[in-house]
Amino acid sequence: MEINWLKDADAALERAKRERKPVLLDFSAAPM
Amino acid sequence: MYPDPDVAKYVSEYFVPVRAHIKEQPATFKRFGAEWTPTIITWDADANTERHRIEGFLPKDELLGQLALARGHSAFGREDWDTAIRAFEEAANRAGTEAAAEGVYWAGVARYKKTQDPSALKKTGLALKEKFPQSVWAKKGSVWV
Repeated sequence: MEINWLKDADAALERAKRERKPVLLDFSAAPM
Repeated sequence: MYPDPDVAKYVSEYFVPVRAHIKEQPATFKRFGAEWTPTIITWDADANTERHRIEGFLPKDELLGQLALARGHSAFGREDWDTAIRAFEEAANRAGTEAAAEGVYWAGVARYKKTQDPSALKKTGLALKEKFPQSVWAKKGSVWV
């Protein structure tokens, strides 16, 4: 299973409200 | 850590995942106060507040313990005591991790918040003293014993 990472924090916050889940923000400097 | 299938499943099941790269999204780092990488922040969108922060790399078991704490704190903030207790107990059951003692502590607090029964705190203080006597969580729980 791969994680379907979002890139837009605001879109993630809106989705989190709809799905009643917390947002997990991953701050990275690793090669993408 | 994310290629690990257990971590990926956990993140996908319980969170809305978003990734920001320092070179591509420095404004997102600043917005959420991320000062180092890797950093994981769990955020309550309704309350517009941070619930948990993990700074620095962690191996799988430690990370899963921290993610359970993050779930617990998110539920705790919503006053969803049953979900909080389950998530904190999950962290508590991650034997050998830093999250275990913290999970015991917060599970006890969530039980108290649910029941308003002070004996929940006393039991928690005693459990911490017995299982994790050297931890800071045992010291915090010592006032309940």
